[in-house]
Amino acid sequence: MTAETLIFALLAIGAIVSAILMVVQRNPLMSAIYLIANFFCLAALYLLLHAQLLAVLQIVVYAGAIMVLVIFVIMLLNLGAENKLTERLNVKITIGVALVVGLLLELLYVVLGPGQDWVPAVVPAGTAGIGTVESMGAALFGQFLLPFEITSLLLLAAVIGAVILAKKRL
Amino acid sequence: MSVPLPLYLALSAALFTIGVAGVLSRRNAIVVFMCIELMLNSVNLTLVAFSAFLGDITGQALVFFVMAVAAAEAAVGLAIVIAIFRNKQTVNIDEINILKW
Repeated sequence: MTAETLIFALLAIGAIVSAILMVVQRNPLMSAIYLIANFFCLAALYLLLHAQLLAVLQIVVYAGAIMVLVIFVIMLLNLGAENKLTERLNVKITIGVALVVGLLLELLYVVLGPGQDWVPAVVPAGTAGIGTVESMGAALFGQFLLPFEITSLLLLAAVIGAVILAKKRL
Repeated sequence: MSVPLPLYLALSAALFTIGVAGVLSRRNAIVVFMCIELMLNSVNLTLVAFSAFLGDITGQALVFFVMAVAAAEAAVGLAIVIAIFRNKQTVNIDEINILKW
């Protein structure tokens, strides 16, 4: 077992455990903390896959910006331990979770089961540096220039929409 | 890369189904929201894994755009949650059913 396999195993276990803990936590603030732990595990997995820029962005954008916003809203709405929602299991939810387990088994059969002719046989040589800032920048400002610019329009629309929605009266 | 591609996809599938289970079973709108973020991230892991194993940067560029969309979704979604909480004093999605026919 190589060091890479060991690191992958540890990170995978960490990601799955933190995701499960996030779903079963009663307190939304604890859910947010476990989701941040999950994001850090995923960022380390990105590093393992030679996606350096995305690993940094994962921490800065997801764990930094988005989760701070979520925690801010949780605290603003004061949804702490005092007024937890009454969440009870009923038949519909039980059936739904059973179907989800079926979905997981199906997906695992597809990716781990027989007939794996879609798996690339050899990793192309000399591609370990594709995740650097330099090559990502070249791709974003070359091949993906139009989607990149449209993304800025999307963010502008989101900013305006969020302000209008959250304002008491215009 | 000594870890094979199917293991990354299996991890991604597990995270995605945990997210789906959370969306179906939790009733707190903000926790449902976080479960959606988890599902987006599991798909990102799939894209990065394929990008690394195929030696193609397109997957990573796509992850970049997914992150931008997730940030926009977070801003608008949380604004909607705040607006609903201001009107109904709850974030329980069972009680927020005014759009339900």
